[in-house]
Amino acid sequence: MPPMQVNRLEKGGRVDRADAVNFTFNGRPLQGYVGDTLASALLANGVKVVARSFKYSRPRGVVGHGSEEPNAIVQVASGAATIPNLRATQVQIYEGLEAFSVGGWPSVDFDLMSVVGWFSRLMPPGFYYKTFMWPARLWLTYEHFIRKAAGLGQAPQLRDPDSYDKLNHHCDVLIVGAGPAGLSAALEAASAGARVIIADEQHEMGGSLLSGKASIGALSGQQWLQDSCEQLAAYGNVTVLPRSTVFGYYDHNFLAILERRNDHLVPQLRTGSRQRLHRVRARQVILATGAIERPLVFANNDVPGVMLASSVCTYLNRYGVAPGKKLLLFTANDNAYQCALDWHAAGRTVVAVVDSRAAPDGPKVNACRRAGIEVIAGHGVIDVKGKKAVNAAIVAPLNAEGTALTGSSRPLDCDLIACSGGWSPVVHLSSHNGVKPRWDSDAIGFLPGVSSQAECSVGAAAGSYTLLACLAEGAAAGASAAGKTGNGNGESGFVAPNTQEKTEHAPQALFLVPHSQRTSRAPKQFVDFQLDVTAASIELAAREGYESVEHVKRYTAMGFGTDQGKLGNINGIAILARALGQDIPSTGTTMFRPCYTPTTFGALAGRDVADLFDPERYTAMHRWHLEHGAQWENVGQWKRPWYFPQSGESLHQAVNRECLAVRSSVGLLDASTLGKIDIQGRDAAEFITRMYTNSYLKLAPGKCRYGLMLKEDGMIFDDGVTACISENHYLMHTTTGGAAGVLAWLELWHQTEWPHLEVYFTSVTDHWSTATISGPNARKVLAKVCDDIDLEGDQFKFLDWRECTVAGVKARVFRISFTGELSYEVNVPAHSGRHIWEALMAAGEEFAITPYGTETMHVLRAEKGFIIVGQDTDGSMTPQDMNMDWIVGKNKTFSFIGKRSLARSDSIREGRKQLVGLRTLDPLQVLPEGSQIVNDPAEAIPMAMQGHVTSSYYSANLKHSIALAVVKGGLGRMGDRVYCPLADGAVIEAEIVDSVFYDPTGERQNV
Amino acid sequence: MLQIKCPYCQELREEDEFSYGGEAHIERPANPEACSDEEWGAYLFFRKNPRGVHHEMWNHAAGCRRYFNVTRNTVTYEILESYPMGEKPAVLAAGPGERN
Ligand SMILES: [Zn+2]
Repeated sequence: MPPMQVNRLEKGGRVDRADAVNFTFNGRPLQGYVGDTLASALLANGVKVVARSFKYSRPRGVVGHGSEEPNAIVQVASGAATIPNLRATQVQIYEGLEAFSVGGWPSVDFDLMSVVGWFSRLMPPGFYYKTFMWPARLWLTYEHFIRKAAGLGQAPQLRDPDSYDKLNHHCDVLIVGAGPAGLSAALEAASAGARVIIADEQHEMGGSLLSGKASIGALSGQQWLQDSCEQLAAYGNVTVLPRSTVFGYYDHNFLAILERRNDHLVPQLRTGSRQRLHRVRARQVILATGAIERPLVFANNDVPGVMLASSVCTYLNRYGVAPGKKLLLFTANDNAYQCALDWHAAGRTVVAVVDSRAAPDGPKVNACRRAGIEVIAGHGVIDVKGKKAVNAAIVAPLNAEGTALTGSSRPLDCDLIACSGGWSPVVHLSSHNGVKPRWDSDAIGFLPGVSSQAECSVGAAAGSYTLLACLAEGAAAGASAAGKTGNGNGESGFVAPNTQEKTEHAPQALFLVPHSQRTSRAPKQFVDFQLDVTAASIELAAREGYESVEHVKRYTAMGFGTDQGKLGNINGIAILARALGQDIPSTGTTMFRPCYTPTTFGALAGRDVADLFDPERYTAMHRWHLEHGAQWENVGQWKRPWYFPQSGESLHQAVNRECLAVRSSVGLLDASTLGKIDIQGRDAAEFITRMYTNSYLKLAPGKCRYGLMLKEDGMIFDDGVTACISENHYLMHTTTGGAAGVLAWLELWHQTEWPHLEVYFTSVTDHWSTATISGPNARKVLAKVCDDIDLEGDQFKFLDWRECTVAGVKARVFRISFTGELSYEVNVPAHSGRHIWEALMAAGEEFAITPYGTETMHVLRAEKGFIIVGQDTDGSMTPQDMNMDWIVGKNKTFSFIGKRSLARSDSIREGRKQLVGLRTLDPLQVLPEGSQIVNDPAEAIPMAMQGHVTSSYYSANLKHSIALAVVKGGLGRMGDRVYCPLADGAVIEAEIVDSVFYDPTGERQNV
Repeated sequence: MLQIKCPYCQELREEDEFSYGGEAHIERPANPEACSDEEWGAYLFFRKNPRGVHHEMWNHAAGCRRYFNVTRNTVTYEILESYPMGEKPAVLAAGPGERN
């Protein structure tokens, strides 16, 4: 039997008392009603402590009622479906809901950290700065406790079982927030015929109308709300999105909305995607995001039972919950008196209203007095008694400015302190675009700045707090926005309802309530509840010399919580301003960035997960590789066979076998992924010659040439073989990963510098399949399936290519080699890829032809000292650095791309890193790639770095390890000893040698 | 996320379809070998990076594959015009420091 809901009123509110909902909080069974949030249900049950604070482990209770809530952060559900970092004020309860506090270790009611008491000393202001100055050794110790004690929930350990989706929209008018201003705007825009989306983060439309007792003309606010929602639902041009947070406002009126479709349902009733990300391009945006009440900063203002006045009203009026027995209201404005009036009307005791102003006299103030409520003017609550719950408020007289006490204090017994420092417009979304909010001293808050986007802010978000102003501004903005999209004449037909609104007298700007002791000595006065930032820590920051609010935020961590300081930032800036002796505008503003509230990764990823995360590209031979046990290497989006292990073989065993097979007989490689660009046009040869370091002007049909492509800064960018197909027709090969970049590079130069050259580029990478036969028996294998050309070495030479028929398929065969062996690259139209592969495997059977993968290819080319662009180069290497001066055409008439840079003083200086080989003294030891190279391992740290290892393998053919490296002045250091100190303390000794380890004269490929 | 009009396709399309091409209207010296290191370095490395109006190249990579010019405000990210390669911008920066 669940306990009584001790704080639930007998009637009133929008909850359904006939429909009970059972849930648990930290394992304790509780009951609420349909319509409750977790926060209202907890308060109904008298639960006061819902969390422990981040830094000081202080007990904390519910403060607010919406997305501003800093304390009541909970984790919902368990196992794979667990969701961390939710605000209890935004979680709708459902039957069987399990919720847990986050933080608070080992429990919220008994917190070890607060007992030990050393934790706060560990985290002084400036924690984030100072931590990094501490010895790294200690940080590991601290981190262990900090993570355990201060976490804001636990990420699920299992794969997310839910699905998420995305929806792209275009609309005429997007309205953010469905309070009176937003609804009024939507009604006008919709009636003008505009396509409208209205989104609200709550599960019901209505905003402040849900929490108050206002009337609109002859209607109650609630009735007006119901009528308006029905009208909107009847329009075919309106999309209403409840439970939908517009969390980001990006350039060109692009907004992102997180719709929570299922989270409020009993798990068995959930269908379809859990959450949906709406990506909206809106022609006009109306921000009707409302305002958040500002708490007052006084000593021990974080004791559970200190709440926002508007939140107390909301729990009373919307949920039928009175979160206490004896209310004390502390305010600096007329507006909050409504809280005392509502509390009184609910039949509960109002101990007093404490007003910081000397002579409050507005209509609501006097209504309180008429109701017999004591108004203590010119006073403030300076302290709170109680640890886990409020016992009493300490009240003292204040001077007119609210900056000092003018007399002695006295306690007033109460169990609930509602406080109001005024309102802070929700300017978050408008500032997402970099628009700075501007301080308005009349509104005592930041108002939205002037944006260059097609947007406007209305109602409380723009500092207009009366209901009539919200309705009128909303209507005008709705009509105007619709008009700008060609719907209606832009004029609002809004007629002000005959509503008597109580006028309010001027509020006081009160940001820090003084204490009898100075701030640094007073009990903690909290500014940012979630990250435990106090007034004293902000003043300390000012004393330590921080003047920019951005620096103070980082120093104190103010506003860095998951609530982004929705409650605390403005008090914090004001306290800093006073400490610095300046006004708020010159102290700075507060900028906000997406996301407005935490957003799940699942929603951002949508369906782009697992197999759909990124496209995979397969060659036409892919399935054969799969059937023959290939292990895969990802090269860009391509899946390339890495090696083909036979039963029980390790990577190294397989690669050693494949390497030996190629050099002793013959191997077969799938080279289809190499980039291929078909280049045609009268000026094709001229263009190609401008892009490579060597010349193609005299390359005849049937011939190939290897080229090195540079960026204009002279650094190697790509390499590959280009073949002359016929006059004015070439085929350029690029690296597998560089294909798209090279094509864009060619287009850039053609379109921007040399549009007068007649040349056309077409990517044909996917049009061809390539099987490379390599090894001394390559010609014999090819001869078995190709009889329409002469394959003899003097007829079909190295760097020739031929059109011929291979296994019945018309093919282009290139005699080029990346292994240093006799090689033929057989290119056939892609749909014949598997056929040609199988035909070559069959033809090679008598020679034990061995399929090999990229790892063997890498080893074999490294034995020959052939570089891989992007592995042996890193964007800072010239051809000279790679010892490839031979390929740079010194006498080309046109100054090819990058040529001038090769003569820059930095390109020709001594001591540049140059490509060399390394041989380890221990022939079996393989240097880790990336190892740093030094001359003297005994040198004091930091040692003088000489370079690093770029490629390193064990060579089965040579029976020792080989490595390529770039070493300062390396080409002049042949025979020198160098050292590679490893992370584990070991040092590998090696000798600098020539980068060509195998067949340096190239005899094997020229047979 | 920007919306960019390709002057060749004559369509306003999502930024996803485009790739950035850097500052526009930088001409390659006609005779690089005649440049001093300083002149060549200025061509190679130095860019305006203005606060405000900026002329820049974009490539309609997932569309017509053509490069074109865009005048964009680097503060507000407003795109003021798109125009084909070889044409001059209609919108120029008001203040000093802008050389076109
Ligand atoms: Zn286009």
